[in-house]
This record gives sequence, structure tokens and C-alpha cells, in this order.
Amino acid sequence: MTATTIPAAEHADAGHGHHYTTLGLDNRKIAIWTFIGSECMLFASLISTYLIYKGRSIKGPFPHEPWTDPVTNTVYPAILDIPVTSASTFVLLMSSFAMVLALAAVQNKELPKHTMGEKILGSSKLWLWVTCLMGTAFLGFQAFEFTAFIREGLTIRTNLFGSSFFTLTGFHGAHVAVGVCWLFSLLAIDYKRGLRPADATNVDIAALYWHFVDVIWIVIFTLVYLIK
Amino acid sequence: MATIVAAPPYASTATESANTGLWSWLTTVDHKRIGVLYLITALVFFVIGGLEAFLIRAQLAVPNGQVLSADMYNQLFTMHGTTMVFLAIMPLSAAFFNFLIPLQIGARDVAFPRLNAFSYWVYLLGGIFITVPIFFSVAPDGGWFGYAPLSTKQFSPQINMDFWVLGLQILGISSLAAAFNFITTIINMRAPGMHLMRMPIFTWMSFVVQFLVALAFPVITVALVFLQFDRFFGTNFYAIGAGADPLLWQHLFWVFGHPEVYILILPAFGLVSEVLPTFSKKPLFGYPVMVYSGILIGFLGFGVWAHHMFSVGMGPIADAVFSLTTMLIAIPTGVKIFNWMATMWDGQLRFTVAMKFGIALVGMFTIGGISGVMHSSPPADLQQTDTYFIVAHFHYVLFGGSMFGLFAGLYYYFPKISGRFMSESLGNWHFWLSLIGMNLTFFPMHFSGLLGMPRRTYQYDAGQGIELFNMLSTVGTLVLMLGTLFGLINLWKSWKSGERASSNPWGAPTIEWAIPSPPPEHNFDELPKITSRYPLWDLKGTVIAKPTTVAEEAGFKQLTAKQLGIPMPNPSILPLITATGVIVMFSGMLFTDTNQKLAIAIMIGGAVWWIASLYSWLLTPLEDAH
Amino acid sequence: MALDHAAGAAGHADGHDHPTWSTYWKIAVILFVITAVEVSAFYIPAWETSWIYVPSMLTLSTIKFVLVVMYYMHLKYDHKLFRSLFTGPLIVAALTLVGLMFLFSKLSIRLGLLS
Repeated sequence: MTATTIPAAEHADAGHGHHYTTLGLDNRKIAIWTFIGSECMLFASLISTYLIYKGRSIKGPFPHEPWTDPVTNTVYPAILDIPVTSASTFVLLMSSFAMVLALAAVQNKELPKHTMGEKILGSSKLWLWVTCLMGTAFLGFQAFEFTAFIREGLTIRTNLFGSSFFTLTGFHGAHVAVGVCWLFSLLAIDYKRGLRPADATNVDIAALYWHFVDVIWIVIFTLVYLIK
Repeated sequence: MATIVAAPPYASTATESANTGLWSWLTTVDHKRIGVLYLITALVFFVIGGLEAFLIRAQLAVPNGQVLSADMYNQLFTMHGTTMVFLAIMPLSAAFFNFLIPLQIGARDVAFPRLNAFSYWVYLLGGIFITVPIFFSVAPDGGWFGYAPLSTKQFSPQINMDFWVLGLQILGISSLAAAFNFITTIINMRAPGMHLMRMPIFTWMSFVVQFLVALAFPVITVALVFLQFDRFFGTNFYAIGAGADPLLWQHLFWVFGHPEVYILILPAFGLVSEVLPTFSKKPLFGYPVMVYSGILIGFLGFGVWAHHMFSVGMGPIADAVFSLTTMLIAIPTGVKIFNWMATMWDGQLRFTVAMKFGIALVGMFTIGGISGVMHSSPPADLQQTDTYFIVAHFHYVLFGGSMFGLFAGLYYYFPKISGRFMSESLGNWHFWLSLIGMNLTFFPMHFSGLLGMPRRTYQYDAGQGIELFNMLSTVGTLVLMLGTLFGLINLWKSWKSGERASSNPWGAPTIEWAIPSPPPEHNFDELPKITSRYPLWDLKGTVIAKPTTVAEEAGFKQLTAKQLGIPMPNPSILPLITATGVIVMFSGMLFTDTNQKLAIAIMIGGAVWWIASLYSWLLTPLEDAH
Repeated sequence: MALDHAAGAAGHADGHDHPTWSTYWKIAVILFVITAVEVSAFYIPAWETSWIYVPSMLTLSTIKFVLVVMYYMHLKYDHKLFRSLFTGPLIVAALTLVGLMFLFSKLSIRLGLLS
């Protein structure tokens, strides 16, 4: 009898693993991976639309080549600003690096730290700050980019390129913004009571989301910016 | 060893000490209660959708009907489709997901109980959002598929389609949240020993469906966002004048739309796969093949979407590819039909109402499936597309398939849900009238369709040889409504005063029948240890231990979760508050054209509302600290 | 917890062999270098105009994609369930994208080459 039954679950807060689970995994992590899978389809649809409409705008401005308005004879330069976007791409990539360090810091919070290097690496606050600020910087780059495009004559209404470009990158930007809010919330918790190894899953799911957003940018940067 | 083999001793009275009253329903996070909420709400929407269908048929009863205005007619067929797909069949399936999945896998609740409540409230409020306009004659009128550019501002300038564009996004949130929840639940909340290949087929089919939801709904969301941007912000996604492709919407819609078809049918398949073995006293024939064909249907379901679009002229290669995949997907579906027949073959059949609905599904779905394979051939499809032949086809699969399967499930699981049987005599009226009414309504549509009667037509002229078929269809609708009325009366009466049911009244094999009817709040006193696919049966389909009767169970006392020391999630109003904020945010969008400042204020207000509520939710522990 | 390892045949959950600091910074350097190569390729006309440009860009970003997913999202070290939860949808998404590219004539198979 005893061998065949599981005693009434031990008490625990939600999802901290003391409830019985089939695989011994945390529910939140399964959910976030499922969510990420679903997001793949979301971005696949957005990217597909961008690619389908690439080169089909009947008027400019265009992403990679200048365009002269036949009516007003105004010359519009190629819209995409590769140097600026390359910089923002580096920032986002490196924010992923900071994020893994933040997670590792939370996981190893209780290990003794002796050297200065160990203390720096072990500071979850530091690395969360770095990630947050890099994420915010990416959003700043995007705001700069969007306003520059609008100034140069490309809005979401101008042509197919404008509609699909702003929607695709805007969706990605919104994801980054959600991620930044999420990370700032974790940072607030870290200041309030300190993130402990027991919180590692909470940080881990935020990190998975953050890296996924980064991975999507890797795809967008290549398909939208680098390939003409 | 035999901890769950013998139906354990429980009295159903003890559970009634649980909180009742409106507040307890608004704050519930119990998957069983949420399942009941889904069930009742979905049935209300089913009735509304049915009445809409009746008005459509009244208009079409005779040539040049004058019952409705053309505008109202458009709103009715749009809302009939939208209501039945998103507000009736999917949520009826969700009612069973909620009620059954945790019971079938031996869990105490779903993985995220509050998220589950949130899904329901978003569904309810979203359903109201999209349904109310019909009473003010401003309902969506662009078809349930909302083809752009027809649904863009240029061709649908009124507010009607706004409700549709926003309403479907709201409902998508509900479905997606539920999908993540159930996937996690099924992966990680199975009782010890409940290997994947021991899971009841209903849970298996639900598992597949959740992946379809998780992967299909983002696509429609993107398509809807484009449409919303086109309508409100003047983007060009569907603006043909700006070079947009008129097929973009169709492709995105059907990339979602075809998996959606399987989202509607697979839960019913799962329910029937529970009903048939029980009433045949035989294990399901070819369980692994049933599982694999379910998975295959789910996977192939993503590769057949363009068969909805043969008539747009995609070219020979695309036509051939999608024709081939469509024919392929008929194979796993056919396998299921044969397996059900083999399950019944040589069994000791008991013709309860649940069994009758189950058998009717096998027959009616086969008819719909065969007319479906006919469309997989592009030349034949060109003849049939956009005619009543298609209407006949998908009503055979959706009414004869999904609805009959769901009714089978309702009659079968009602004793578990309520502790009472549904009346067999009223149920027989319900079944036979539904079966006759359904065939009378939809079979003649094959003929009117092949004679060339177009779908969504508002009127037709006399003398085309389709008057008789249309009249038959309208009469059939009346019969169908009468049958449904019997079903609803049955449900109402049985809920109040049906015959008491014991824990395993049908002699069924799966573990949800090893706990009391209705189950206690915590489902299982001890998590069951699963050692076989049918824990309550032996290999031949004989019940291992004689199920206890109502009289025997009356003497036993069921302990509450508190007495057993099982931590249960606390009730919470936050899911409802969060859901309301989401709806408010979306509603603000409606005012974009009329009063932009008001629109922005409402949207920001709604967003702040739900974000604040979400933070409060996330910072409140699910259970009390111990 | 995890009393029933038989159910999760994949067995041991959260990998105990998490990547270390040295893995992390090496990956960061590789990501940095690949991105630098990609951006410079954009400015090298000989590369940018050649047929190899698009395939090389796609390959390089695929490498970046895989590195982030395998190491930073620690899919390489985690329960294999997560791998299937991600790759399954990713494959469906990729096939859908490719399918749509064919349907909108952004990609085509030249049957003439076969004859």
C-alpha cells in the first residue's frame, strides 16, 4: 500500500517543486518554453509578411536603395541605417551575455566569494542592471531609428515596406520593452529582499524570454537589414 | 496494490460543504468549477448561434425570402459561424479539458489554476464583447473568415468588423493561455506511473489540440493585428492600391484556419474514444495507432491550409502539393473510424444515449469526411467551392462530428460532473431528433450546392431546382432546435433532480471514475499509482472490482482537503479583474475613429488596470504559507 | 519530488553540468565576431554582390541563433523535453515560412533544371 501511493503533498509555495511533478521539472519553465514555441509562429508570420512584401511597394522610400518621387522630384535616401542598427544589435547580443551572468550570480548566490573578480561576477544586481540598461539602450536606438525614418519620410502608412517594417520591428521592440519591465521587476525584488538560489527559476524564465527576444533579433537583423 | 482499483468509499455529501454563492464562482480557481462555467457559458452561446442559424434558414426557406434585410443576413451568418466556432464548440471542448484532464491524469488541479480562471473570464467577456453588437444590428458582417480586403475600412467602413477584429484577438488570449496551461499540466502533472502511452485518449487528443492552439493562434493574431492596423492606423497590409497581395489574408487565415478545424474535432474524437470502449466493454482497439494518428493529424494539419484556396489559382505545383497532403490527412482520420468500429465489433454493446451519440459521430463524421476528401481534388473543388456543398460538408463534420461527440461526452460525464444521471428518455428524444434534424438540414445542402446554390447568398430565385432542398433544410432546422430543446431541458432537470450516480456508474475503466461523483475539491485523497492503461479494468474489459452503488457509498464520509492536509490554491478575484482590464483596453480601440483622445484614455486606463492587477496577482502566493 | 523517474524516461532534470563563466564569455566573443563579420560583409562589394552572400549570411545567423539557444538558453544542458518543446514549433514555423515564400513566388523550384 505505502509503496503505491504518494503521501499528500508537502506544503510549499506555488511551483517551488515540493508538489509532485511527473518529470521533476518546474511548471513555469515548461510553460515559458511552450510560450516561446508559440512565439516562433508569431514572428514567423510577421517575418513572412515582411519578406512577401519586400520589393512590392509601389512607391518609396525603400530600405536599401534611394528613391526619387516622380511627382515632386524629391530624392529619398535608402532608409535603413546599418551602422546604427549594427550598434544596437551588438548591445542586444551583449545584454544576453549579461543576462546569463545575472542568472549564474543568482544561482551561485550562496557560494563564498573571495576575490574581487568573484564578487563582481557574483553580483546579481550588477548584471541585472547591465542587462536592463542594455535593453533600454536598444529601445533608445529603436526610438532614434523610428523617428529618423519618419523624418526621412517613411511612416507606417507610407508604403508596404513601411507597414511591414514598422510592425515587425515594433512587435520585436514591444517584446524587448516587456522584457525590460520584467527584468526591472526582478531587480526591484533583488533590492527589496535579495534574489536567492530559490528564485533561480524566476530569473531563469525571464532570461529564457530575454534570450529568445535576442534570437529573434538575430534573424530580423540578417533578413531585414543585411540582405538586400 | 489495488489502491484505485476498487472504487473507494466516498459519500458525495461531504463535498457540498464547499463554498457556494456568487462570490465563490467569481473567485474560483478549481478546474472542475471552471469546467462547469465553460460548459454553461458555451451552451448559452450554442443556443444563440443556433437561433442565428434558424433566422438564416427562415430567410432561405422559400425563394426570394423577405424575413431579414440583406445587411442583417450578413451579420447573422458571420455571427453564426464566429459564435459556433469560437464561442460554442471550442469552449465546450474547453469545458471537458478543464473538467477531465486533471482527473484523467491523476492531478489535483491544473498547473496554473489562476491562469485557468483568467482564460475563462477572458473568454466570457470576449464572447459578450463580440455577441452584444448583434442586438444593436452592428454585428460583424464580413463572414467568420473576415476576408481582407473585404473587411478593411474601404469596404467595411462601419464599426461592425471592429468588433470582430478585436473580439477574436481577445478570444485568442484566452485560448493561448489555456494551451500553455494544459500543455504544462499534461507534461508535468501526471500521477506516478501515468506514462504517456497510458494516458486516456481524451487527454492525448487534448494534448495535441493544445499544441495546435499554441501554434495556430499566433498566426491569426498577426493577421488580425494587420487588419486592425489597416482599419485604425491606415497601414497598407491589405490595401491592393498600395501593391498589397489580396491573398495574404487568405494564406495567414487558413494557416490558422485549418489547424482550427482539428482543434474543433479532436476533442470530440477523444471523448468518443472514451465512450465507445466503456459501452462496448472492450478496450479501445489499437490504442497506440489512435495516439499516433492523432499526432499525425495535428502535424499534417499545418500542411494543408491552401486547399481552402484552390479557386484562387495558385498554380499546378501548389495545387498538387496541397491536394496530396489533404488526401494524406484522410488516412489517419480513416484509421480512427476503423478503430472505433473494431472497438465495437464483438463487444457487449449498451445503447445508452452517450453511446448513441458516439456511434452517430462515427457515421456522420464519415459522411463529412468523405465529402471532405472530394474537395481535396482541385478540379472537383473548383466546382464545389463556395457552394452549399461545402456548407453540407463542414456541418457534417462540425455538427455530426464535433457536436455529437461533445454531446456523447456530456451524457457520459454528466454523472461525474454533477453526481446525477441525465435522463435517458429525454436523452433519447434529444438524440433521435438531433440525428434526424441534422440529416434533414444538411443532407439536402449537398444537392442544392451541386446544383450551384452559392454560400452566404441572401436570396435565390425560384425555378433553379433548389426550392425543395432549401425547404427541407429549413424544416430540418426546426427539428434540430426541438431536439436541442429536449437536450437543454434534460440538462436542467437532471442537474436539479436527476437520479443519483455512484462513483463509477458506467463500469468505466479510467481513473476519473475511481473518485466520488462529483469529485471532492482535491480530486484524489492520495495520488493514484498507475500501472496500466485501464486501471479499473482487466485486459478483457471486465471491471476488476465491482463498482460501489449509491446506497453503499451513502454511508462513507469523504474528508475535505483541509482534513487531509492537502494544500489547495486559494480562491482569487484577480484573474477576473485582470481579464476585465484586458477587455477595457481592447474596447478603447473602438473609439479610435470617433474620439481619439477618449480611445487613448480608455486603452491606457485598461492597460494600467490589468498590469496593476497582474502584478498584484503575481505577488500573491497561490497557496497559504505553511 | 520526482519520485517517479520512470515516467520521465529522459530522467534527470535540471542539468548539473551548467556551462561556466568561461563558456559564457567564449560564446559572447564568437557572437561578437560573427556579427562583426556579417556587418563588414555588407560593406565588401565583392562579397555583397556575389551569390555566396545570402547563403553565407543565413549560415552565420543560424550559427548565432544556435549558439544562443544551446548555451545561453542552456538547451544543450537541459532536459530534452525543452529541446522538443522548442524545436517542434520552430520546425513548423520554419516550414510555414518557407511554404509561404514558395506560394508568393519568393522562392521557386526551376523544374527546367531537372529535365
